[in-house]
Amino acid sequence: MAPYFGGSIYVWGSIITIFMLALSFGYLMGGRWSIKSPNNLKYGSLFIISGLLLLPMILFGENIMQWIFERFEDPRYGSLLGASGLFLLPTLVMGMIAPYSVRLLVISAEHSGQTAGFLYFVSTIGSALGTILTSFYLVLWFEINVILWVIFATFIACGSSAILRHLYLDPKHV
Amino acid sequence: MFNLMIRICLLLGVCSTLQAKDIIHTEKSLYRNISVVKEDSLLCLVFETRKDNPPYQTCVDETDKKRLVFSYTKLVLSGLLYKPEADHILVIGLGGGTLPMTLKELLPEAKITSVEIDPSVTKIARQYFDYQEDDRIDTVTQDGRLFIKRAALNNKQYDWIILDAFNGDYIPEHLMTQEFLQEVKQVLTDDGIVTANTFSESKLYAYESATYQSVFGDFYNVKRRNTGNRIVLATNNKSLKPLPVIKQNAEKWQTAFDVFGVDSDWIYHRFTPEKDWDENSEILTDQYAPVNLLKND
Repeated sequence: MAPYFGGSIYVWGSIITIFMLALSFGYLMGGRWSIKSPNNLKYGSLFIISGLLLLPMILFGENIMQWIFERFEDPRYGSLLGASGLFLLPTLVMGMIAPYSVRLLVISAEHSGQTAGFLYFVSTIGSALGTILTSFYLVLWFEINVILWVIFATFIACGSSAILRHLYLDPKHV
Repeated sequence: MFNLMIRICLLLGVCSTLQAKDIIHTEKSLYRNISVVKEDSLLCLVFETRKDNPPYQTCVDETDKKRLVFSYTKLVLSGLLYKPEADHILVIGLGGGTLPMTLKELLPEAKITSVEIDPSVTKIARQYFDYQEDDRIDTVTQDGRLFIKRAALNNKQYDWIILDAFNGDYIPEHLMTQEFLQEVKQVLTDDGIVTANTFSESKLYAYESATYQSVFGDFYNVKRRNTGNRIVLATNNKSLKPLPVIKQNAEKWQTAFDVFGVDSDWIYHRFTPEKDWDENSEILTDQYAPVNLLKND
């Protein structure tokens, strides 16, 4: 973002806004989608789709930014649109994963709070570790796109393992 | 009573903070804490990110307002030794506004555009440091990279671009990358020059030098020994002007510089074409620019 919209305060504002917006609607949609016959195939496909949605950012990020830069003079709306173009869709689908996980893991109403709590724990501590690792070390060792490719690969691997599990291990419902 | 205070402060070892230093004004801006401090006859701008002796950004001597107090500001004038005429000048990073005001006087024809990200800095420069816009000086509140990218899109050109945005504790990394310097090059006239006030120590020195070299080819370093600063003087021309030409220009500027307390011969002797960095060093790019981590290494 910085090469096109700078490091002004509204660039940070845009990025945080878009992430929060995408996550909130992702949570809503993920919860809704988990009502009808939840299974690991659908769960895995959420990971695969998230991964695939990262591709435009990795491959065409600069073209997207340049396109917006040429059309929007005001850096506030430019950066808001830029952040949407890069992060909105992948983050939306990633947001769907959390409530869907709750649905798959909850066994009884009695334990639902505990399960949800555990998932919050995992996801938030993951965010914390990811943030500190990236900002302290990864940017020193790798180019940004290398880091994004690794995230892409992780999503595809997680998604594939969930789908394989659905195909070969889960009890079949006829 | 005063004696007692001195004794107590000596005892506690905090005298430096009590030494005739008056805080005239403080302000929390969007980006940092800014204060204006008076120390003897010096009025200084401070971007306060730490408590003990934060570095001064700009100082003005109230008994001799035109005198350039800091040696790095003086060294930026090396641009005039290299290229004595400039009609359009771009200054990225305003500080107290001393540079635009000085250049306005030295170059009676020049138009100067200052770009400053923080509106509070501009306000304070006007209020305390006699920075004044007119038909030859204007200020744009914007990120420097954004301004230059937009200028390139509109085919604007400058004879001299001064990069002076690296004074704070946090370095804006997007103003150090190869892509940024290529954009800077795009808005330079054919014989235009860049002077960048940057770092001369830590690992960053090699990375940064290699990045400038990759975009501009050979350049001059203008620096004093044992200070954290140096000026990179690079040009859009393929070859650098030789030192004797610069020496001649230095002689021409001697009297004009006197008013500002600057010795042009002293600046001339700070020029060095020597490549005293690891030339195999990696280059900073938009994809790889951990400058704030490198700075502490």
